[in-house]
Amino acid sequence: MQIYLPIAEMPVSVLLILGMSACVGFISGIFGIGGGFLMTPLLIFLGVPPAIAVATQSAQIVASSTTSAITAFRRKALDLKLGIVLVAGGFVGSILGVWFFAAARRAGQLDLVIVVSYVSLFTIVGGLMLRETIRDLWSRHRGKAKPARRAGDHAAYLGWPLRMRFHRSKLYSSIIPIVGLALFIGFAGALLGVGGGFILVPALLYLFRVPTAVVVGTSQFQILCSSFIALVLHATANQAVDIVLALLLIIGAVFGAQIGTRAARHLKAEMFRFLLAILLLAVGIWFASELVIKPEEPFSIAISEKRS
Amino acid sequence: MMQISTIAIRVLALFLLMGAVTAPGGAKAENLVAALSNTQLVITSDYTGSSLAVFGTIESDAQTVPRVGSYDIVITIRGPRQAMTIREKSAFGFIWLNREQQKFPQAPAFLGVFSSRPIADITSEALRNRLKIGLDAVVGAPDFTNDRDTRDEPFRQALLRLKKQDNLYLQNEKGVVFLTPSLFKASVYIPATAPPGNYEVEVALFVDTALLSRHFSSFELIKSGFEQQVGDIAREWSLAYGLATALLAVFFGWLANVLFRRD
Repeated sequence: MQIYLPIAEMPVSVLLILGMSACVGFISGIFGIGGGFLMTPLLIFLGVPPAIAVATQSAQIVASSTTSAITAFRRKALDLKLGIVLVAGGFVGSILGVWFFAAARRAGQLDLVIVVSYVSLFTIVGGLMLRETIRDLWSRHRGKAKPARRAGDHAAYLGWPLRMRFHRSKLYSSIIPIVGLALFIGFAGALLGVGGGFILVPALLYLFRVPTAVVVGTSQFQILCSSFIALVLHATANQAVDIVLALLLIIGAVFGAQIGTRAARHLKAEMFRFLLAILLLAVGIWFASELVIKPEEPFSIAISEKRS
Repeated sequence: MMQISTIAIRVLALFLLMGAVTAPGGAKAENLVAALSNTQLVITSDYTGSSLAVFGTIESDAQTVPRVGSYDIVITIRGPRQAMTIREKSAFGFIWLNREQQKFPQAPAFLGVFSSRPIADITSEALRNRLKIGLDAVVGAPDFTNDRDTRDEPFRQALLRLKKQDNLYLQNEKGVVFLTPSLFKASVYIPATAPPGNYEVEVALFVDTALLSRHFSSFELIKSGFEQQVGDIAREWSLAYGLATALLAVFFGWLANVLFRRD
């Protein structure tokens, strides 16, 4: 069954889009990430113009993060205080990111900046997580399980000034590194057109030692806020939001996310980290291969402007 | 079935029209008349492309000796113009980057060329290039993009190749069929990815490699009520449209949560 997208001005298969968004929603529900870095390339591959793909998939992120955030909130797995600090810092970061975006475009190197950032972020974050997971598994295999977190055992940056207590996250930390993280995520998100969940989740897990369940819930809250703002900005600035495509993506994603959130509860923390690490590394390597392997068709076409 | 009967009526109308038009007999010996089965194609929510037929006839007046069988027809359909950029990836150290690019400021989004036999046989290359008959002549035209000695050539070829892959540029050398020695017909399929806008139809009549006559008409590809309204609202009420989409997303997220709540 085909349906015509009024803004993208092309027909798509309803079942294909529903299936795709259900899969991405499932992954986003499991890992507490938005999934924009998966959905955007898939839509572009189907022939949706890149600007419309980037803008419209943020609607799916709003929907799947809403359902995940509500579920997390009811299970008391959402640290609202930490979430609000992250959202505020992220907002300032996005403004800086948009500015840098424009500067890179003026210099004519935007494509390069985006691909290189993707490759380095995904491989570094994925690689670090994989190393950590393998080390955990290895030490357990040898019977010397890593001791549980003790009181007072924390990284030095948590002890910087302006400390704040986040009960639900079992965190008592200076807000300087937290706001710094939020700034960076907002910056990278605006630059790369992603929510930033894939940076936020490992950072909260490893840098701040927040419990896995709370990480996912809080990350979903931050993603909900940032993608809501992004969606409205895309609609007003570029008129690039296709409501019909958005609706299809939303319907697929919310159900996928529900199943994903449930599946995540049966997942052990190590397994969770291992799978997320593999996913990030795979995407990073895929982008790297695009950059390194000689393309079959070196030419590409971009429609910059419509004339009557 | 609807469409076939519409076409039949139009053909009938065409014949009646021919009688009226050809009576006074102008300076030209041959008179070319053509008509389209539709002058407006509508995009609905289940749109998967549309077909239309181009009909025409060649009328010769009483003084002219009929040149049976030597008529050639080339029909060119040009979609709305777009500004396109073709970029070429090339190796920079060990990575592949978009480095060179070429802009095509006025390229048609859709370009279909239909002829009664191979256009290389219909007329000379010089005339094809001057009249922009055939894909190669259109894409190779000096005013299609800025000339950079020979460096623009690979970009012109790449545009043609990529557009052909998407079925947006096509050349069918058996696309025009003569039903009688003077009555011809072409069936044209406009793929769903061709954008809405104005489509120009040029019918050219050749005899013994010489251009005898040309006929210009056009049809419009438009979005139907709902598709048009969504576009208008997205443009004129962009903030409300964006907020509505975002709230719709929140609503569905909440709804899924309620539906799935088990505990």
